[in-house]
Amino acid sequence: MTGTEVEPAPRGAGRGDARPPLLRLEGITKRFGELLANDAIDLELRAGEVLALLGENGAGKTTLTSILFGHYAADAGTVRVADGRGGLVALPPGRPEAALAAGIGMVHQHFTLAHNLTGFENIVLGTEPWWRPRPARAGARARIEDLARRMGLEVELDRPVGTLGVGARQRIEILKALYREARVLVLDEPTAVLTPQEAEGLFATIRALAADGRGVIFITHKLAEVEAVAERVVVLRQGRKVADRPLVGTSREELARLMVGREVVEPVRRPRAPGAVVLALEAVTAGSGRDRIEAVSFALREGEILGIAGVSGNGQAALAALAAGLLRPERGRVALAGSAAALESPRAAVRAGVGRIPEDRERDGVVGELDLSENLALERLDAPEVSRFGLLRRRAMRERARRAIEAFAIRAPGPDAPVRLLSGGNMQKVVLARALEAAPRLLLADQPTRGLDVAATAFVHERLLAARERGTAILLISEDLDELLALSDRIAVLHRGRLAGPFPSEQLDVPTLGLLMAGHEPEEPLGAAA
Amino acid sequence: MSEAFEILFQASFWVAAIRIATPLLFGTLGALLGERAGVLNLGIEGIFVAGAMTGWLAVYLGAPLWWGVAAAAAAGALMGLLHAFLTVTLALSQHVAGLGITLLATAGSHFVYRVAFPTLTQPPRIEPFAPVGWAWLEGIPLLGPVLAQQTPLTFLAIATALFLAFLLARTPLGLAIRAVGDDPAAVEAQGLSVAGLRYGCVVAGSALMAVGGAFLTMSAFNAFFFGMVSGRGWICIALVVFASWRPLKALAGALLFGAFDAWQVRLQTLAGAFLPSQLFLMVPYLLSIAALLLAARRADYPRALMKPWRRGER
Repeated sequence: MTGTEVEPAPRGAGRGDARPPLLRLEGITKRFGELLANDAIDLELRAGEVLALLGENGAGKTTLTSILFGHYAADAGTVRVADGRGGLVALPPGRPEAALAAGIGMVHQHFTLAHNLTGFENIVLGTEPWWRPRPARAGARARIEDLARRMGLEVELDRPVGTLGVGARQRIEILKALYREARVLVLDEPTAVLTPQEAEGLFATIRALAADGRGVIFITHKLAEVEAVAERVVVLRQGRKVADRPLVGTSREELARLMVGREVVEPVRRPRAPGAVVLALEAVTAGSGRDRIEAVSFALREGEILGIAGVSGNGQAALAALAAGLLRPERGRVALAGSAAALESPRAAVRAGVGRIPEDRERDGVVGELDLSENLALERLDAPEVSRFGLLRRRAMRERARRAIEAFAIRAPGPDAPVRLLSGGNMQKVVLARALEAAPRLLLADQPTRGLDVAATAFVHERLLAARERGTAILLISEDLDELLALSDRIAVLHRGRLAGPFPSEQLDVPTLGLLMAGHEPEEPLGAAA
Repeated sequence: MSEAFEILFQASFWVAAIRIATPLLFGTLGALLGERAGVLNLGIEGIFVAGAMTGWLAVYLGAPLWWGVAAAAAAGALMGLLHAFLTVTLALSQHVAGLGITLLATAGSHFVYRVAFPTLTQPPRIEPFAPVGWAWLEGIPLLGPVLAQQTPLTFLAIATALFLAFLLARTPLGLAIRAVGDDPAAVEAQGLSVAGLRYGCVVAGSALMAVGGAFLTMSAFNAFFFGMVSGRGWICIALVVFASWRPLKALAGALLFGAFDAWQVRLQTLAGAFLPSQLFLMVPYLLSIAALLLAARRADYPRALMKPWRRGER
């Protein structure tokens, strides 16, 4: 990548802006060994401003905010925070408690909540003298409830955090910062774990926070989110600030180019005649609780991508488990190329040519402690290229891994690197490589680009379309409607376990899909697809 | 057979049960405190020995009894400091560090004893704690006479259980301890010191374990023997799980085990003629395993237990 897109002169951030500055970063530089994670970054945030910090994975966003919050000390540069009397004072580096006291609140991507404590206890943790008696908490409680009401952060305060969903946990995390009178709130990729509805709620909260005179730094790599909430955007690339401008007058394409450093070409789906039926469901009922499907039928053909839209928790997990051989139908029939036996167990499914990209790659996709070559071999331990006479062929495995690293542009130290050390995007490439290397008949792609940045997403899309060209039938489960519309030949919508469609994707758009996902019937009959 | 159960109604049986339970209660509370903060302390067995040895030696050398208890607690705290340094500051494996401390403390105590008394074959005796015998206590029906025959350390143990229950459930400090055992990152993000909390809990917990050891030489017996701790520390580790990390349940668990043990001793005299005594020695352990099986299934582990934590790492 070439770094030619650096903006010539730093725009006087908010020149002529009457709002007082809350925070100023000056020349922040941080090096990790060879890697220059942050290179002389300047940044200013004003009261009531929502600033999007945009950048790909590894651009230095998290490093910058870790320095801001005192988790790391910068090698050079200063963090200045408003002192409440109109001036800016320098924060001592590497001291989280100093950042907290200065009114900087951080909502980490991985929440920092004790699961055994209630939401209320998590919020007041560390704010009381060691021996304060319990009755003194009534005041704290009233303040929290007031904050929650005003900022749209309603949440059950008296349940152990471990029993709450991610959306509720995030609201507690935000309340935690607000309770400490954070004037600057940093949200690190806050929507990665949220459903689209929860994300909408979060955006409303962010707007309320800004209206309240606080400053918000919103870290993301999703362009749509930048447009939804931000007033100004700062783009980081490979540790450098490459743009700092108001959002008005900046196009999405321009932002993408600034972020990636080159044009990102989203692959295009070319028309292709589908072949024989690969996966067939006939009136299948399966699963339990929220993960249940009822009387679902469809046929997925060779060289076709069938998209499954729907808010997560409407039966997607059951559908994915069926196709992977992890779940048997209660009623109805499921068959792979006409054979029900092929989907009787995960082992049978793999043998019959089912490639899988599981929804939660860290939990179900890879074994973090095993190295790359081992992870790539996991599905074919008895294949001759992996083992002979019951012994692993290490050299051959490493060679396979090297080929995959090259073919899938996996950024890893080598075939012997433990997979847990890879970034999310590269981990997903390992899963993808394993699923695709055997030229599967059916590819189960469950949220294949969740949490990936623009470039990695485009890469996954390209590979999925290439597999389709080769005749693989792909079941694409996704919450990203743009992704579904771009890749799928047909799209069906799951709502409360029932399937609407499939419909040809040309007849669908985002609003229509949104209505279907909420359980509405299509207004005018959509052409039922063959 | 009915005689076996009649035992349960004798005051002397309950006196023995509570006496047996006391050191276990100290040890269980000490282990529980550390584990609530996320640090398993397998040094407990050795810390028992060190406490038993130090307390007794201090009194033998002329210290008042309570100063002996303080000396034992200090010895335990010192071992706890070492354990905290290894597991918190250096973030080493808690199992390995704990077992190392058990070996070190046990061997060290025996060494000191041998150096102090190179030629003795009979261990020297001290004048141990006497039963409290408070008149007002004896007046209470059923429980009173049983409690009046206990020594002050037993009351200290019960008070400690109540205090820890209050501390954990009702104070901001207890909240922070529970949080650090579940997610140290949450504690750091709130500007509290993870290391400070863990050091405090491990050191205080180890002091409690040592007092449990001191009870053996200063209340239950009046001398120090090799091997007198005989696995009590390990029982405590199991009792913590049995108690699901709650001090009041620890009190119940220690009493239950004490009762099993007191019962088997009496069963031996009853049926020892036709059954080998080893069978009875097994009884408390078998019953403990059975109780553990029932309790541990629902056990709610502190999530960060045994996970070393380094700042800035996930």
